[in-house]
Amino acid sequence: MNPDALLTCFASSACLVTQVTSGFIIGMLLFLVAVGLTLIFGVLKVVNFTHGAFYMLGAYFAFTAYGLTGSFVAALAAAAVGTGLLGVVFERWFISRVYGGNVLMQLLVCYGFILIFDDVVRIVWGAEFRSMGMPDAFMLPPFIVAGGVIPAYYLFLIVCGLVIAAGLGMGLSRTRLGKTIRAASHNPDMVSALGINTGLLYACVFGFGGLLAGLAGGLAAPVRSLTSGMGFSILIESFIVTVIGGMGSILGALVGAILIGLIRTFGTLGFPLFTEGLMYLFMAVVLIAKPTGLFGKDIA
Amino acid sequence: MPKLSVRTELLVAFAALAVLAMLPAFTSSKALVDFVIRAAAFGLFATSLNLLVGYGGMVSFGHGLFFGLGAYSFGLLMQRTGLPIPVAFALTLVISALSGLVIGAICVRLKEIYFAFVTLAFQMLLHSLIVSWVPLTGGDQGLLGGIPRPTFFGVNLANHIHLYMTSAVLLVVGLLLMRQIAQSPFGYTLRMIRDNPGRTSFLGVNVFRTKLTAFVLAGVFASAGGTIMSLFVSSAYPDFAYWTMSGEAIFIIMLGGTSTFLGPMVGTVVLLLLNDVVTRITPHYGLVLGIVILLFALGLRKGITDFIVEWFDDRRTARITAADAEEGAR
Repeated sequence: MNPDALLTCFASSACLVTQVTSGFIIGMLLFLVAVGLTLIFGVLKVVNFTHGAFYMLGAYFAFTAYGLTGSFVAALAAAAVGTGLLGVVFERWFISRVYGGNVLMQLLVCYGFILIFDDVVRIVWGAEFRSMGMPDAFMLPPFIVAGGVIPAYYLFLIVCGLVIAAGLGMGLSRTRLGKTIRAASHNPDMVSALGINTGLLYACVFGFGGLLAGLAGGLAAPVRSLTSGMGFSILIESFIVTVIGGMGSILGALVGAILIGLIRTFGTLGFPLFTEGLMYLFMAVVLIAKPTGLFGKDIA
Repeated sequence: MPKLSVRTELLVAFAALAVLAMLPAFTSSKALVDFVIRAAAFGLFATSLNLLVGYGGMVSFGHGLFFGLGAYSFGLLMQRTGLPIPVAFALTLVISALSGLVIGAICVRLKEIYFAFVTLAFQMLLHSLIVSWVPLTGGDQGLLGGIPRPTFFGVNLANHIHLYMTSAVLLVVGLLLMRQIAQSPFGYTLRMIRDNPGRTSFLGVNVFRTKLTAFVLAGVFASAGGTIMSLFVSSAYPDFAYWTMSGEAIFIIMLGGTSTFLGPMVGTVVLLLLNDVVTRITPHYGLVLGIVILLFALGLRKGITDFIVEWFDDRRTARITAADAEEGAR
């Protein structure tokens, strides 16, 4: 417990800026993972417990692609495309076999795959921590705002996250594909009866969710150390985000992710031992007060 | 499932205990004795989960919370207070029941997948507390310095055979109690909620209270399993409260079969055997276990005892049809 540090920080603009920025980058990475999770749940009614593994694989794909080409763009592309394709294959071959409410089987299939992915990563990339290093393009002097230091890469991450959030929101509400996806989440049988290939749609949504998680992994690679099992902690956090924001809501995922990011950074200052506990506490409060989450409709 | 009288079940339990008690007289294999102790810990853990999943239809993905909580509560009580073992054990069960009450009150209202991952979140909360509260729990290292095991009623748990007998008794008594719960009117109410919660509530049953009771009971038995484990390793590790523990328990009950009472026990024995064999052959335990899980979940889709029950059912049906046909021919 160290509430004094928290108060001192609130009194200093430099500290506030630094903390809020790092809260936002945690929030943006969480958002990219959580929004895929919430999208997949909204349409397929399946909670993808392997979603953290996609994040992990994205980070490792980026690591390898960056090592081979030296280009950060190529690294991000490898992360996104690799996990996106994996998502499509995973949905078509495995997850599609356990649709229809049997939660036990869904959990088991995902549990099996988490074990396999974690071990494959250990076999291919080794058990030790890896780090990708900051790309040269971002080796810039940090921005100074009100005395607080903001590294250029952090700014890039935040912009990326916000752009993707805006794009997703627009895409789902305005485009034909977005409308089809929303329709399928309400009544898949009717959508299918109207001549739309729902199987293909499901694979696309799952692949896209995997792509976002992989992209998050790729974006996280320069600022996080890579290890097998890194996916599970972000999975739990993105669950908390979706519970807080409400399953199926993109705005909820964004707000929930940023809230969790801020709780994490300020919690580390004030309650270093209980940072994780604060997130769960917050989740429990939301669950008791509004079981469907802050922006959730009654689908729970 | 035939409904046996309580007396028959007591006899079966007594016979099982007698067999377990005689085992050390016939073999000097320490590995076998160890195996039974581990099977007792995991068996209680998995069977208690099946009380939730199989009978109540509540798929908890955070049941490992109670396993870890039991191990840590008992270990810490023994290390810090010097209470006699039976008192510490009883206190551990009380602690688990109270935690189950609080966590259950938040979770059991939630449906299916929500329930699964909110229970998981609470388990990860306990795990993160254990890892970060180093002065109390020893963090990653687990409880250091071993768990003291003072003699009580002439039972010395530091003695391997005494520990074995205690575990066997706890296992058999625990299974017998859970069996009685499953066969009681409460157990049947639980099944009814699983099959049709709306209708059950129309009949005047308090669904929330029934589910919560099941959650607390399952937690208490799981923590008894955790206590056995902490006595066995003379410590407690954060892994006991890690999510893989819950995943493993879910696989155990699916492997053994959720439709029979002893299915989880069968699953426990098979998984522990598999565990021992695989870790001896390859360092890539997760890879092999993952593939086995997928074979079961996507290929067979049923547990071992489910196949046995079906086989018996088929035979009975075949016999009846044959008898009918004979009658018709006559």
